[in-house]
Amino acid sequence: MGERLLDKNRIILTMGALLVLALVPLALPRFYVYMAAIILIYGLFATSLNLVLGFGGIYQFHHAVFYGLGAYGCALVIMKSSLSPWLGFVVGPLVSAFVGLIMGVICIRLSKLYFGMLQISLGSLVWAIVYRWYSFTGGDDGIHGIAVPDLISSGRGSYYFTLIVTAACFFVMHRIIDSSFGSVLQGIRDNPVRSEMVGVNVRRHQLLALVIASFFAGVAGSLFVAVDTSVFPDMLFWTLSMETVIMCLLGGWLTFMGPLLGAALIVALRTFVSTYTVYWALVLGILMVLVIFFLPEGVLGWLVRKAKEGPSTKARLDAEG
Amino acid sequence: MLRVKSLEKSFSGFKAVNGANLDVEKGEIVAVIGPNGAGKTTLFNLITGILRPDAGRIRFKEEDITGMAPHDICRKGISRSFQVVNVFPRLTVFENVRIAVLARERKTWNMFTPARKMAKRRTEEIIEGVGLGSKKNGLSSALSHGDRKVLEIAIALGGNPEFLILDEPTAGMSPEETLRCIDLVRSLTRRFGLTILFCEHDMELVFGLADRVMVMVRGATVIQGTCDEVRCNEAVQNAYLGGSVAC
Amino acid sequence: MDLIYAICPPGILSQILVGLSRTVILFIVASGLTLILGVLRIPNVAHGSLYMIGAFMAFTISRAAGGGTLGFWLALVGAPLGVAALSFMAERGLFRYLYEREHLMLLLLTFALSLVLGDLVKLGWGGEYKSVPVPAMFQGSVALFGGLPFPIYNLFLLILGPFVALALWLLVNKTRIGKIARAAAVDREMVGAVGINVSWLYATVFIIGCLLAGLGGALVAPTVSVTLGMDNTLIMEAFLIVIVGGLGNIWGALLGALIFGLTQSLGILVWPQFGIVFPYMAVIVVLLFRPTGLLKSTW
Repeated sequence: MGERLLDKNRIILTMGALLVLALVPLALPRFYVYMAAIILIYGLFATSLNLVLGFGGIYQFHHAVFYGLGAYGCALVIMKSSLSPWLGFVVGPLVSAFVGLIMGVICIRLSKLYFGMLQISLGSLVWAIVYRWYSFTGGDDGIHGIAVPDLISSGRGSYYFTLIVTAACFFVMHRIIDSSFGSVLQGIRDNPVRSEMVGVNVRRHQLLALVIASFFAGVAGSLFVAVDTSVFPDMLFWTLSMETVIMCLLGGWLTFMGPLLGAALIVALRTFVSTYTVYWALVLGILMVLVIFFLPEGVLGWLVRKAKEGPSTKARLDAEG
Repeated sequence: MLRVKSLEKSFSGFKAVNGANLDVEKGEIVAVIGPNGAGKTTLFNLITGILRPDAGRIRFKEEDITGMAPHDICRKGISRSFQVVNVFPRLTVFENVRIAVLARERKTWNMFTPARKMAKRRTEEIIEGVGLGSKKNGLSSALSHGDRKVLEIAIALGGNPEFLILDEPTAGMSPEETLRCIDLVRSLTRRFGLTILFCEHDMELVFGLADRVMVMVRGATVIQGTCDEVRCNEAVQNAYLGGSVAC
Repeated sequence: MDLIYAICPPGILSQILVGLSRTVILFIVASGLTLILGVLRIPNVAHGSLYMIGAFMAFTISRAAGGGTLGFWLALVGAPLGVAALSFMAERGLFRYLYEREHLMLLLLTFALSLVLGDLVKLGWGGEYKSVPVPAMFQGSVALFGGLPFPIYNLFLLILGPFVALALWLLVNKTRIGKIARAAAVDREMVGAVGINVSWLYATVFIIGCLLAGLGGALVAPTVSVTLGMDNTLIMEAFLIVIVGGLGNIWGALLGALIFGLTQSLGILVWPQFGIVFPYMAVIVVLLFRPTGLLKSTW
């Protein structure tokens, strides 16, 4: 009974949030609409990372590769092929998922840290190729002025496109986490040996999780093309991967909405801080240190724990008089 | 049901298992005993697929399962609990057992049905059956040590095994918990027809529970026989039981 | 000589030497990284930033001392020490509280440190390119293979390299602290149980590792433009070298640096545009066949 009430609350909350988000372009100036779109994109990107990091326990250290590949895939289809530009938004995520599959097959036979490191090597290779292949990918200049379809080329158009796609992706990802597969994945996170012993093919499940995560990262990258009409090699660089891990950590990497919250906090903070100083990295670094030491479960994680503890702790303290 | 022949396993030159033999018939309760370091846990690891043997064969129900992957062996019907508690710490008791049930029912790939709607009945059956019903929604990390060891067994049961391996199931348990555990193990054989292989250090427990006993010393099988045969065996008495017992 | 040229053209030989001098720098930095990784189990993402700070400190010290030969040698000693001091503060103040936590946290902390250090450099030195003058005794070049010019400074590096390797080998294998560190890399609990202050051991190893990063930076300073961003690409390369060589293995770092430096310089010869891709490919090939690295790791 209580569960159904919680569900109803959640649905109402989600509907409300979506409504608010839908009203953003009508209420706020163009800059904030752009920022909101960026938050949604990074939120999607970070949540896709958390699928394997927080819920799967896989040390995915270079998730930006899939984000960047999705973006470049989309951009290159639009700019270099005669196919419909809408196809770019399909090809991008598929490329990411495909590369995710290959990388996964190669790396998955290794234990945690080696997996992360091999992934960094492969990711660096992809970055190096993109960085140098001036004729095809624009090299370190990137590609600008991408001819996005008219329907979504305006600030508002791209925002609504992003909102719809992101909401759909979140819905699907949540469904996956909630499902039997998600439950088993978390079991693998907590105890891969035991999972193996109860009959779960751990490697295959992890591989599927990786492909899914790569796919959604690719979606995020493609959405960036729509919003910013440009791509650049930094989207594939390891520093972006690290920042995304920070977003997950800051928001709460054991919760579903945590990464989105983390993304919102970081993008907002960066925008705000950048108007005062050029030393954003310094601020982020200090923030990270504080989070690592004092809030390792992230903002949402901390709130959830407080909510769970709250009444029972108070009752216990009251009873002890 | 299970036949282990001349099993060998070395780690960097150290022979942990050096000629282990074991026979378990269907419906039996067999115990493996031996001093610490005799290779009992390694033997269990070899049978369940965590390790590959260097030599020897393992046959389960007339099928050669030597060197198979652990999850495949589990599918064949062999489940195991661990000596050091090996549960899923961040999940509730219910969720812990459910994973095993989901794996058994081959539903682990289902990405669209909420987990809370799946495998409820079977999971609850098992949890009630082991006596953890009242604690099923608590975190596994919040259980007492004894309860956690029972959860260990419950998870192993989730796979609906025909053959259950218990690695020191009562280690660290209080006397009442131990009694409860023994009752549980007995009922598993009687009610569900499970075949059980276990290892323990408590000799009273072993001889009270087991139908047959296998003795391992320094990685090799010394003898396998009924409780009386083993108890009265001179070599076993000297190596493990501490002197002679009137026979 | 002509016989050798027949087998291997002077251009290639010259390029090999260039690659080798790059190897020296890479080895020095990577050995520090692998030392920290092997004993403390920390993947020190801030290693690149410390390298960069070493270069910038070398610039300042050298300039303060008049920019000549004296300035160079002072910088070569002072910059690594400065970096060591900085890392001492970081380790005592931050890292040592996290050793018991998950690895991910330590990694993120070093990343945070790299962010902070990067901006501190921007704050302290500004964003323009700096250049450190080559000391008079190492200026100019020699005509080597087939008359091709080879910078004398690079020769200096090539000679210095083996000395540093030897010094490291002595430190790790022949000194008491080296032996303790190696034991701690394998089993830190045992080391603590026999009464050794593990905390101070960690601090010492960490400082030595970071000192090496600073030394690498100070050595490379006269050959490149000292700028922001030198940290990012270098740390990527250093990590790959460490992975290829085997985590915690100093000879592995040497091997990895050799592979990296040579494939890069020869790669540029073969395919100038994509020269930088070759080391990454070499790394991947190695890892496909030996995922734990070429030599034995301490993990």
